[in-house]
Amino acid sequence: MNIRHSTSLALLTALNLLLLAMVALHAAAGREQASRDLAVMKGLVRELRLTDLCLATEARYTRHPAMADTHAAFQEHPVALDHFPTGSLILPGIPPARLHAHKH
Amino acid sequence: MRTNIDRHRNIIDFAISSMLRRKAKNLSLALLYTLIIFVTASLILFVQALRKEAATLLADAPDIVVQRLMAGRHDLIPTSYGEKLAGIRGITAVTPRLWGYYYDPVFGANYTLVARDGDGTGPEKIAIGQGVARSQRISGGDMLTLRSATGTPLLLTVARLLPEESELVSSDLLLLSTADFRTMFDFPAGVATDLAVTVSNQRELATIAGKIAALLPDTRPILKSEILRTYESIFDWRGGMMVVILSVAVIAFVIFAWDKASGLSAEERREIGILKSIGWETGDILLLKFWEGVAISLTAFLVGVILAYLHVFLFSAPLFTQALKGWGVLYPRFRLVPHVDPYQLTILFFLTVLPYTVATIVPSWLAATVDADTAMRS
Repeated sequence: MNIRHSTSLALLTALNLLLLAMVALHAAAGREQASRDLAVMKGLVRELRLTDLCLATEARYTRHPAMADTHAAFQEHPVALDHFPTGSLILPGIPPARLHAHKH
Repeated sequence: MRTNIDRHRNIIDFAISSMLRRKAKNLSLALLYTLIIFVTASLILFVQALRKEAATLLADAPDIVVQRLMAGRHDLIPTSYGEKLAGIRGITAVTPRLWGYYYDPVFGANYTLVARDGDGTGPEKIAIGQGVARSQRISGGDMLTLRSATGTPLLLTVARLLPEESELVSSDLLLLSTADFRTMFDFPAGVATDLAVTVSNQRELATIAGKIAALLPDTRPILKSEILRTYESIFDWRGGMMVVILSVAVIAFVIFAWDKASGLSAEERREIGILKSIGWETGDILLLKFWEGVAISLTAFLVGVILAYLHVFLFSAPLFTQALKGWGVLYPRFRLVPHVDPYQLTILFFLTVLPYTVATIVPSWLAATVDADTAMRS
């Protein structure tokens, strides 16, 4: 039996939409499963008073971006480009504008 | 109604037959298109999930962390500062935090050492993160040697491994007793790395931070909201790698659109001419090109998004691992909590599918409005 091209396209799109719906279902199920892992991590964050995620371990300012010295591009030297690759991924910490605002 | 549906079906049949005649070209186009969507959607899903996870986890971070600054750099803070801080109304607790970094010259890895008494740690007993255990190939009961600041080796027994599911916060951690921590770094008495401050009323945080800065001008209070904001803006689009990935995707997409918008091939023009000469209206030809565009872009979008989801949440985004690892040898193995933001996907849809479909229709409309004879001869 010959299937019309329009039917094939409709079937392919329906299949893709079905897979997308399954992805959404998987995400919902995954969130439930992950709540236990999150509880373990939140416990550690509370107990050890952690402030950062362990995403990159190569440089102080990307391992603990929230705790790092307020850093800027070329902080070491006017022509010193960032040596660490993650320096181009993880932004410097938020400058404490609040403190300046408080002084006035 | 029925006739209208049949008309569309006939046009789709013809559009797909026409695309199949140029199978290699259209297949490579669909593959590249899917790849662009896959990379862009992976990036969106990864960054969104990471931001959300950071916000959930760091909601339990200390209310305020007080660092001492010396010549613009983070310095050790006297614990006596804690007593001064405890006098500020609204502060319920001040806890000195002892932590630091250790570079392991043998494995070339950086570890974060945190002083913690009890809970598996004790004199010469240590708890380690999964990443440390992996890089050193050790497990519970094994010995771990660290070179102390005085040059003497510090022999420690691994009492326990931190839970596998906590790698996102604990992969590079070494928890050791306060006494071992001080021996390790020859850490002076009466100082700490920084102070964690607990505040009873969360709405007073900014006011209390201001009081801390006024009372101890050589310190830098870091609010929990600032920690959270740091992670909200992490992987901002201005970040170097993000710009590279996004600009590559945008340039590739512009090339697609340019290829389409710059005109049709002679074969496509002849086809339009023939269709017009056998009675097709301009509207039919536009509909034909519209369905061609939809068939490719919609399929590429859906497949690209599904593959991106599998890449990020089932395979832990191996494409981005190297970028995050950088020169570091230790990288946490973590699975992000699946999170799909329909808003972000809708934006991606409108930024990719719509421009492509329009770029397909416009040159066809220009070709379809000329005389059939001219179209065939050109």
